[in-house]
Amino acid sequence: MTTVETFPTLAEAARAMGSGAAFFGGGTVLMRDVNAGEGPQRLVRSADPALKEVRAQGETVRLGAGVTMARILAERDLAFLHSVARQIGGPQVRNMGTLGGNLFAPHPYGDFAVALIALGARAVLAGQGGARPVEELMRERARPPLVAAVEIPRPRSGREFSFLKVSRVKPKGVSVLSVAAFLPAEGGRIRGARVAWGAMGPAPMRGQGAERALEGGALDAATIARAAAQAAEGLDPPTDALASAWYRKEVAGVHLRRLLERMERG
Amino acid sequence: MAKKPVTFTLNGRESAAFAEEGQNLLDFLRRSVGDLSPKYGCGQGGCGGCTVLIDGEPHLSCLTLAEAAAGRKVETASGLATGPVLHRLQEAFMERFAAQCGFCTPGMLVSAKALLDRNPRPTREEVIEALSGNLCRCTGYEPIIEAVLDAAGERARA
Repeated sequence: MTTVETFPTLAEAARAMGSGAAFFGGGTVLMRDVNAGEGPQRLVRSADPALKEVRAQGETVRLGAGVTMARILAERDLAFLHSVARQIGGPQVRNMGTLGGNLFAPHPYGDFAVALIALGARAVLAGQGGARPVEELMRERARPPLVAAVEIPRPRSGREFSFLKVSRVKPKGVSVLSVAAFLPAEGGRIRGARVAWGAMGPAPMRGQGAERALEGGALDAATIARAAAQAAEGLDPPTDALASAWYRKEVAGVHLRRLLERMERG
Repeated sequence: MAKKPVTFTLNGRESAAFAEEGQNLLDFLRRSVGDLSPKYGCGQGGCGGCTVLIDGEPHLSCLTLAEAAAGRKVETASGLATGPVLHRLQEAFMERFAAQCGFCTPGMLVSAKALLDRNPRPTREEVIEALSGNLCRCTGYEPIIEAVLDAAGERARA
């Protein structure tokens, strides 16, 4: 049986974690288990207003872990994240599902985390100083830490960042795969390429094959072809009802090519 | 089992009932409050049959903790009609035969209401997007989309 504990501050909630507790945000992931009678023993909630705080100005935006997808879509200064947030769930889920929850939503969910990894976002953990790269947290999905906020570097232009989600059902469907690319350029050459994949491994992950192919090149047909050819390198996709691992590896390059061509066109 | 008192506004009226620990809002509305309009479909957030509006925005009541509704404004399909006078969305659903088995209809109606409250003259694409979290296994969606567009048109003339 599940008990619910609500704390006024996140710090108090953090202290109450452990011993069969899970932090309850929007409920779109955890409540399914609760309804099935398989929920955690304790749900810990917090009404801390910091969880919903949005600082959308400046080079790095800071969003509380409890900020919903709908809230991101309502913020003009977060336009670079709109194409991502719009593709998470349906309208109801976007009104409920939070940034923090999406980081640890199991396959086939968690596409927002894919975009955050490509952007080099960092997670601020409750009760701890500093911030840790989101991609690092992906390796701790089995025992997720309590995230207070996410810091996201703002791309200098709309052309630097792009996201693509492939689903069979539209406009609301889960991922066959998702892919995001952040390609800052200096003097026409890509410097610091970051590519991230969803549904291509046990958790959202970097695409090192594609990154190597893109780094130092110009975003042209030859570079794109090279990146597409190396897209599936190092990826270990699951087989599920949506697609087989074989299929996902076969089409990864096709979708990466489409994403990069879209960025090339600008 | 600790029970928690939950005071909230249901369809414009102050309402209060006891919620069980970990109870979802759908179960709370149906069993403790007695509003049977939101429907239990999947219990997993996939079908949208349990959709209610919380502070004007569509939420899945099956994935919402009942106690999280405390102090909020909840709207369900049973609050749409005024006495015997149906809401224009309900009229339009009837005219267009947009309800067949009717199970998805309360969720469809409140999702559509949230859309029209925010965007009185939606395009067809905006209607499809707004209803994308509500599944219907009877109609093929066309009559529902047409009904929402009809209701929007009426509002524009009114």
